[in-house]
Amino acid sequence: MKVRQSIAAVALAAFFASSAHAQTEVQWWHSMGGALGEALNGLADKFNAEQKDYKIVTSYKGQYPESMTAAIAAFRAGQAPHMLQVFEVGTATMMAAKGAIKPVYQLMKEAGEPFDPKAYLPTVTGYYSDAKGNMLSLPFNSSTALFYIDRNKFKAAGLKPVPPKTWKELVAAAEKLKAAGQDCIYTTGWPSWVHIENFSAWHNVPIGTKQNGMAGLDTQYTFNSPLHVRHVSMLADMAKRGLFTYAGRTNQADSRFAAGECAMATISAGALGNIIKTGKTDWEISVLPYHDDVKGAPQNGIIGGASLWVMSGRKPEEYKGVAKFMSFLSRPEIQMEWHTKTGYVPITLAAYEMTRKSGFYDKNPGRDMAVRQLTNKAPTANSRGLRFGNFVQGRTVIEEELEAAIAGRKTAKAALDDAVKRGNEILRQFEAANK
Amino acid sequence: MEKRVVFRSAWLPYALVAPQIAITLIFFFWPAAQAVWYSFQLQDAFGLKTQFVGLQNFVTLFKDPHYLNSFRVTAVFSVLVAVLGLAIALLLAVMADRVVRGAMGYKTLLIWPYAVAPAVAGVLYAFLFAPSIGIVTYALRGWFGINWNWLLDGDQAMLLVVIAAVWNHISYNFVFFLAGLQSIPRSLIEAAAIDGAGPMRRFWTVVFPLLSPTTFFLLVINVVYAFFGTFGLIDATTQGGPGQDTNILVYKVYHDGVKAADLGGSSAQSVILMFIVIALTVVQFRFVERRVQY
Repeated sequence: MKVRQSIAAVALAAFFASSAHAQTEVQWWHSMGGALGEALNGLADKFNAEQKDYKIVTSYKGQYPESMTAAIAAFRAGQAPHMLQVFEVGTATMMAAKGAIKPVYQLMKEAGEPFDPKAYLPTVTGYYSDAKGNMLSLPFNSSTALFYIDRNKFKAAGLKPVPPKTWKELVAAAEKLKAAGQDCIYTTGWPSWVHIENFSAWHNVPIGTKQNGMAGLDTQYTFNSPLHVRHVSMLADMAKRGLFTYAGRTNQADSRFAAGECAMATISAGALGNIIKTGKTDWEISVLPYHDDVKGAPQNGIIGGASLWVMSGRKPEEYKGVAKFMSFLSRPEIQMEWHTKTGYVPITLAAYEMTRKSGFYDKNPGRDMAVRQLTNKAPTANSRGLRFGNFVQGRTVIEEELEAAIAGRKTAKAALDDAVKRGNEILRQFEAANK
Repeated sequence: MEKRVVFRSAWLPYALVAPQIAITLIFFFWPAAQAVWYSFQLQDAFGLKTQFVGLQNFVTLFKDPHYLNSFRVTAVFSVLVAVLGLAIALLLAVMADRVVRGAMGYKTLLIWPYAVAPAVAGVLYAFLFAPSIGIVTYALRGWFGINWNWLLDGDQAMLLVVIAAVWNHISYNFVFFLAGLQSIPRSLIEAAAIDGAGPMRRFWTVVFPLLSPTTFFLLVINVVYAFFGTFGLIDATTQGGPGQDTNILVYKVYHDGVKAADLGGSSAQSVILMFIVIALTVVQFRFVERRVQY
């Protein structure tokens, strides 16, 4: 009797346990390492704690290109995750993969979650929306390129410690710094992102035809315009005179500025956390410099970072969980937490307002520069964003040619012409593969 | 008299080699065949749309001057890695072979670097030679006034990856050379010495020819290493830059296939690479091996 009772009890317990475990799991593959990864896991934990039906399971899959490759391989094997964090460069590839993704606007509609694209920052939405204005992925971590100076070095060179506004002022300040014996004067991270992509948007000139590729796959690069040539020759000339130190193709410049080596840098807004932590600079942030004789400049900056894509072929109740989590992520207080913790921009206007009202920007001057740069003016066809196929290869080509120009092995004109020519071949290849 | 073991059973020898054959087929031939198949296709990243394009991928590659330049870069890199790697390892092996006291210590230390994975070696050298904070950079600038910046100087970038690749592989070469040296009968060297041959002459006329099978084997291994084993190292240091000055063929395969998800183009490149290695191996076995004395 006793035995039977205890068996019944165990069976009952097992039944309840299994029903408690009937939580729907949602897989989220991401590329946030270190402190950023902790912040990301914090978001997932918070969501998991406040409701019982769904469980977000995060897995770190390496850096952006690696996690994207992993997801592509998983998709080919029929094992794709529900959600995938994809860097901005991979946007065109994801958008073209119509059968592999589930557009976010559709997901939200099917799940009955309230969703208003207008709630998000226009430059952020624009980057991840199709030509009809439908948001295909949910912006997650968005940054932009900003201009940093080290006030100590400016003071040491007898300069007023304020960030130069234009490139002309920047060069003048650089000459003074050089005369004062400063070694690394100006450096930059992500040369293509800063000096071609953001540069074009900031000066309201196209990077490519068809609204920077947003309106069709038959786009052509056009970043060899006289203005681009002039800008790259200026950089090459600065490098020759020792005013510009080339640091590499990705974020190597971040640590050089953070270590107090360089006086000025154009690097990601996301680099700030590390600069504060290192604490070797008297930093000040500003928006990117511009050429003041260009009409309409400065326009607005474009974003970098990543968005969340939903992969196709999952069950409706799982998609419901994804939709609920996306609503959760878009809540102002969650965005504010993410923004203030990581330095990425808040993706909704409400979150920006909330952060402003909380007095965070008064206590932390400069932390709103990224949003101010992104929303400087209403975006135009040239500054909404860009969508070029195989842009991983495209960026490599741009960076190779920029290196040739900066090293003085090619003129700026020849380098940009070659980059455009080689880039267009990649675009045609992508167009043919995605017909 | 050759000793031969003859299996009586008809099936046993086949059964015994079957696992090895199966592994070779599954892990080598099957992927190779797939690469050939993909090289004739144009596919989007997710494999949703596939078109058969014949030789189009190859035509695109050979029309690209940068791809052709990558051959030159690979040739320079491989020759430097193989020649320097062999020469330095041989020198070290000869020296270590002569050491009497503490020989084990020297040998162990010289074998150590092989335990370091190429990608880790790349990171180590990237730090040592980092354009701003590297300790070697600092010394070069301070003592010799050399402006060391491989981020923009292609020759310096090449030098950096060659040094890292050679350093990483020297131990492997060293072990084989040392074993080769120790298997040379003392009597031969002593006989040469009695005939009045000096150390240099003994080395070039007795030791070196007797080492030629080892040298030949290592030459093949080193060229294959330079061709295929070094992309992790390149990825950790120069990533093919500046421009394309260190973009060796295998790194481009990796970049286009794994990072940029261009399967057709990447497969076409690996098929080309496959043919190059087949050709190189044939040349080495047909022409170089003839001059080897076993």
